[in-house]
Amino acid sequence: MMLKYAATLSDTGFHWNLWADFQNMWQYAFMQHAFEAGTIVAIVAGVVGYFVVMRRLSFAAHALSHVGFAGAAGAVLIGVNPVFGLLVFTSGGGLAMAALGRRANTQDVQIGTVLAFMLGLGVLFINLYKGYATEAYSLLFGEILGISIGDVFITLVAGVLIIATVALLYRRLVFTSLDEDVAEAKGISVLGVGICFMLLIAVATSIAVQVVGVLLIFALMVTPAAIAGRLASRPAQGIAISVGIALAATWFGLFTSYYLPYPVSFFITTSVFILYLAVRLLQARSA
Amino acid sequence: MPKPLDDSITDVVAAKKLAAGFGDKTVWGSADFSIARGEFIGLLGSNGAGKTTLFRLILGLARPSHGTLKVFGSDAERGNSRIGYVPQRRIVDGESKIQSVEYVRLAIAGNRWGFSLASQVRRERQAALDVLATVDATSLAYRPLRELSGGELQRVFLAQALVGKPELLLLDEPLANLDIRRGTQLIRLIHTVAKSQNIAVLLIAHDINPLLPVVDRIIYIANGKVASGKPEQIVTSQQLSELYGAPIEVLHDSKGRIAVLGVEEAVHHDA
Repeated sequence: MMLKYAATLSDTGFHWNLWADFQNMWQYAFMQHAFEAGTIVAIVAGVVGYFVVMRRLSFAAHALSHVGFAGAAGAVLIGVNPVFGLLVFTSGGGLAMAALGRRANTQDVQIGTVLAFMLGLGVLFINLYKGYATEAYSLLFGEILGISIGDVFITLVAGVLIIATVALLYRRLVFTSLDEDVAEAKGISVLGVGICFMLLIAVATSIAVQVVGVLLIFALMVTPAAIAGRLASRPAQGIAISVGIALAATWFGLFTSYYLPYPVSFFITTSVFILYLAVRLLQARSA
Repeated sequence: MPKPLDDSITDVVAAKKLAAGFGDKTVWGSADFSIARGEFIGLLGSNGAGKTTLFRLILGLARPSHGTLKVFGSDAERGNSRIGYVPQRRIVDGESKIQSVEYVRLAIAGNRWGFSLASQVRRERQAALDVLATVDATSLAYRPLRELSGGELQRVFLAQALVGKPELLLLDEPLANLDIRRGTQLIRLIHTVAKSQNIAVLLIAHDINPLLPVVDRIIYIANGKVASGKPEQIVTSQQLSELYGAPIEVLHDSKGRIAVLGVEEAVHHDA
């Protein structure tokens, strides 16, 4: 596991001279790749996540990542890069949920049933693959310190694609997210936008799995956006806050885990959770 | 969009032998009515009678199962900018702090591709503020939607529907969740704005009483049938009993208020 390398490679410890600490960390290619991929994923998750929260699709997004787990495990089994298995399965799952339309955010039992089945399928694939249990572990909880330059490239291409699509659809996405009935009456294809958005979640989930894993996708895709939703008075502002929090948490997680022998995803999930609690408490007090 | 030959004589909406339904199930049929420019029309009927279905037909979101429906002289089509629509909204996101002015702005540029540049955003927000002012809602512009009362919400939604100077307003139960006083105020506001801009209004309501001072005509849907006319022609014991196919009694009090009795039994009897 790369996590263990991090601890042993850092011959010089943490010194509270943050710049020197950063340089020390930056000399390793795996840390550079982790920052590059982490940055792209944080931006994408922040943007897509804001719409996930506005459209009340957080459970659907969570379920999609579990569908992706089966795909990733299947890809590992047949010896393909797991990200392709993720893409195929999450896209298929996304299309199925888009077909449910506006019911997707109320059909939690159906979605949960499929989610559990997919996790079970993933467990079977991992079991059939007589390799290492670490494969399952890194899919479930992320393995950002094991990212190759090729992974960074795939992440960059997917990230640019997602952001470009959001930019193209932006006003229609906002309209259908905030006011679906009126958007439909104004001639927007609500189903069409919904399908595009589900595919965006699918791709975003697939690349975010490297950083936080399928089980913790919520931390990057939903929590920063949920905080932004509580603070922002307009959508553009909400997206900026959401991206800012996702970026800060990812950078903080990577930096901290380099010096402390604990997983990156723990630091990411913990920092966004504490921030979420803090915002809720402050708002409850001021209300 | 094809323009009608002569704006002044063409009805806003004209229905001939119109029927609505899903699949082979008819919700209502043989409807003949028209709506003229600037007319204020109350759309009444019991739950599930198919009032919102009529809106969906006019908006082009559903197709008539029989008959013809002309909207501004042509077939109904989606995205008609001459129609302003306020659906019956149930959920306002309890955690969101998005401001009212942003909801109004949706109707200005929300159906375009791409995103608005900073200068466009400024112009759109100004235009949204201007519309909010026409419904006395300037003070609501920067308040989160979730903090607004039922009456304030309806004013913001009305402003959103007025974007683009529509010639027909479709309002789905704007009086739901409002007390009598607030309901009366809202109706007066809608009436004033509609008259000043010569907008035809089709407004769904449960109770005819708040509408009586302003409506020109009503359309009543019951038991699969549609009747239209002046309130005093339609809301009578004889007319409603005929529509429902069951005894309905219409009572008047000394202030001109109307009570309709027997509808629930009639609907249950039918179902």
